[in-house]
Amino acid sequence: MVSERQLEAIKIDMDTIEVSNLNRQFLFRQSHVGQSKAKVARDAVLKFRPQMSITAHHANVKDPKFNVEFFKQFNVVLNGLDNLDARRHVNRLCLAADVPLVESGTTGFLGQVTVHVKGKTECYECQPKPAPKTYPVCTITSTPSKFVHCIVWAKDLLFAKLFGDKNQENDLNVRSSDASSSAHAEDVFVRRKDEDIDQYGRRIYDHVFGYNIEVASSNEETWKNRNRPKPIYSADVMPENLTEQNGNVAKNCVVDTSSVSAMASLGLKNPQDTWTLLESSRIFLEALKLFFAKREKEIGNLSFDKDDQLAVEFVTAAANIRAASFGISLHSLFEAKGIAGNIVHAVATTNAIIAGLIVIEAIKVLLKDTDKYRMTYCLEHITKKMLLMPVEPYEPNKSCYVCSETPLSLEINTSRSKLRDFVEKIVKAKLGINFPLIMHGSNLLYEVGDDLDEVEVANYAANLEKVLSQLPSPVTNGTMLTVEDLQQELTCNINIKHREEFDEEKEPDGMLLSGWTQAPPAKDDKQSMNDKQSIGNGGDSSNALQTEPADAVKDGEMEEISEPSGKKRKLSEGSKASILDATDGTRNHKEVEKLDDDDDDDDDVVMFDDLDSMTNKKKRLQ
Amino acid sequence: MDGEELTEQETALYDRQIRVWGADAQRRLSKSHILVCGMKGTVAEFCKNIVLAGVGSLTLMDDRVVTEEAWSANFLIPPDENVYGGKTIAEVCCDSLKDFNPMVRVSVEKGDLSSLDGEFYDKFDVVVVSCCSVTTKKLINEKCRKLSKRVAFYTVDCRDSCGEIFVDLQNHKYSKQKIEETIECQLQYPSFEEAISVPWRALPRKASKLYFALRVLEQFEEAEGRSPGEISIADLPAVLKLKKELCEANALNASHVTDSLLERLIIGTREFPPVCAVVGGILGQEVIKAISCKGEPLKNFFFFDVMDGKGVVEDVSNPKKESK
Repeated sequence: MVSERQLEAIKIDMDTIEVSNLNRQFLFRQSHVGQSKAKVARDAVLKFRPQMSITAHHANVKDPKFNVEFFKQFNVVLNGLDNLDARRHVNRLCLAADVPLVESGTTGFLGQVTVHVKGKTECYECQPKPAPKTYPVCTITSTPSKFVHCIVWAKDLLFAKLFGDKNQENDLNVRSSDASSSAHAEDVFVRRKDEDIDQYGRRIYDHVFGYNIEVASSNEETWKNRNRPKPIYSADVMPENLTEQNGNVAKNCVVDTSSVSAMASLGLKNPQDTWTLLESSRIFLEALKLFFAKREKEIGNLSFDKDDQLAVEFVTAAANIRAASFGISLHSLFEAKGIAGNIVHAVATTNAIIAGLIVIEAIKVLLKDTDKYRMTYCLEHITKKMLLMPVEPYEPNKSCYVCSETPLSLEINTSRSKLRDFVEKIVKAKLGINFPLIMHGSNLLYEVGDDLDEVEVANYAANLEKVLSQLPSPVTNGTMLTVEDLQQELTCNINIKHREEFDEEKEPDGMLLSGWTQAPPAKDDKQSMNDKQSIGNGGDSSNALQTEPADAVKDGEMEEISEPSGKKRKLSEGSKASILDATDGTRNHKEVEKLDDDDDDDDDVVMFDDLDSMTNKKKRLQ
Repeated sequence: MDGEELTEQETALYDRQIRVWGADAQRRLSKSHILVCGMKGTVAEFCKNIVLAGVGSLTLMDDRVVTEEAWSANFLIPPDENVYGGKTIAEVCCDSLKDFNPMVRVSVEKGDLSSLDGEFYDKFDVVVVSCCSVTTKKLINEKCRKLSKRVAFYTVDCRDSCGEIFVDLQNHKYSKQKIEETIECQLQYPSFEEAISVPWRALPRKASKLYFALRVLEQFEEAEGRSPGEISIADLPAVLKLKKELCEANALNASHVTDSLLERLIIGTREFPPVCAVVGGILGQEVIKAISCKGEPLKNFFFFDVMDGKGVVEDVSNPKKESK
């Protein structure tokens, strides 16, 4: 793309290369698996553009070292991120630094490229982006109706309970009606000393799929308008003794824990096959056994990882058995893994198209061709004869709290909700402010930072546990709170409105944030495009009871930005050769930057703060 | 399908794309054979895409020697004479492509495309030609059509900052998803010769101007015995004259094909790398659809132009000629 010398690119990516990346991230090879994406990409690009100056940072873009000053160095920032949180973070920094941002995303055959320039176009957050889907606790624990609910139960409750941190709060035995059994329940999941592994497995099986279901089933209210689930006991599904399986475990003397597999052990080879209830039950018990037999040390520390074969097998099996109980159809390991791991399907072709479009927009930005900026959508089905549809960017949304500083409103029970709830559920989760400073007038209610003294830290910790109306500077109906993030240089004002009751199912957080509306479309034919703006946006799925199947989330690989002061570099798609003539309409007779090889500049790093110095070598398009 | 399972290696490598088009389509891809002739930047991009997708084999034809122009827009050719010296474009690209996916057989075929007979083309499921004359395009298309097996035929060319793809799938049966259902469909495609013979007046008024402009240039290069892209600003007057003649012959107003567009395409002989990526990506997707028989393929021309940013599909076919 752009010719060597004068251009410097910086790329930031915290991830390492995985096999599943290789179907489209073509700068990487099998031999690179495990290495830093940023570094390998840099090396690969230098092979066909040796004179370029590229700096690779194997780092998280949210690291405080990438502050506003850092961003100010660049003429343009190109995002190739896979989660909403990072995108919002970069958006705010680009606004603060006043650097144009080219955003993008892909999912399967769909993709889009958007341009964001402070003051001229919408910022990335002017249009609300869909947050990762969350499910009410009761749906997961008591009334699942979709397979994804079963997956969430299996992954975030059962798996976590059996193999994860024992000290973590876990809703597994929470039943809305029966509080007395919780003390009893604590012991159920722990394997007793010297308890036979088969016995333990069946005991767990019977408890979660049999006993718990029977108890839940007995609650009349819940099942008034729903089908009752059927309890399933291991003796009914697998009457025979599983001692013949013991032999397999002994034979399965694999030293490498990552290749331990219940499927292999039981001879179920195809991940695309949908298991029966019997097969799922066998896998459930076998996987449990294998964890204890081969990976005992990890038990108590494990968190679900989609690349952990045994974990995926266990979760699939457990979800399937639960699904069978509730009359939901069973799914294959392949499908279950996609849901549990929030895997986003991706192909090389869509990514190549989007990469090309990113470069095209980036060049327009560098040439300050403001009128030509476009939001471009790559469609799966031809619409109005188009597969690639450009749309003019909208003007900034005047009610956007990020770029227009409009106050928000929050309905909350100020006598019941604590400051901690506000911080976790609103400030961090919704506003994306991870290092907040919260003020009520001139009173500091809460802040984070390395420079705080012990007294301050203690004070803030105490404040977190206080109910809003009981804070040193009481927060009640009509209070205006100010939330700031110093790194993002963002200030947000929130009007507090007290409300007594919240619907447990519709407003599970017990709070309602509102106050910013969608921007009206500039032209009529853009209305339909509004929906497309959320294609390919990522969502962070690290919290319990949250999963976002397909659509909007990329699996956690490409967390990167490339920020060239003149050159595009999208990590996953690879750089193109050289930018030849950045074309412009001959009818405009604009001077066009021709970035040529025949200059004798060497490969020193040259930073361009000022585009004019770049355009000194103006040449007529030739 | 004969029920051959994908290997564990394939399942791991292709996981993300299997989630898009399914294991069955992936199996079909792994059995498919692609021929590519004329390797400039766009075709290089296409080859990269198709190799990553996991086709059975890819055969490259381009006996031209590597020049600066070649490696400036073709990322498969490193700008290092130690690497490309003495090799043809196809040979250097072949070495690079093998690297992308060791499971795909990539090879080079030397010789003159038009002298090869039907038996040669019968080895392939897909033929993609670029940088060749209109006569050659017609000839190869016909050879493909004469075979009893369906060989999908594509042309792709990029000039300046725009590109064109032509698709001929002959009689193509495919399935597409409509909400939760799968529907079986069928499309009938004209040959390249049939398509470009469609009178210009029969096309919709708002049809892409690029279509006409490229036909004018094609004719010009053919008439003057030039290789594709062997044209310069000095030829502009002659080109404009030809344009006028063609418009008259087609009873089309000459202003319909703007002079400025022709001038731009003549001056801009080189490809523009991001356009190569876009067009190469679209072509890649189309070929995958043709092989897998999943998803509605475009019919039958695709145009992309940086100027307006649109990727447009034009159906250039004569309804009277199509038989069902």
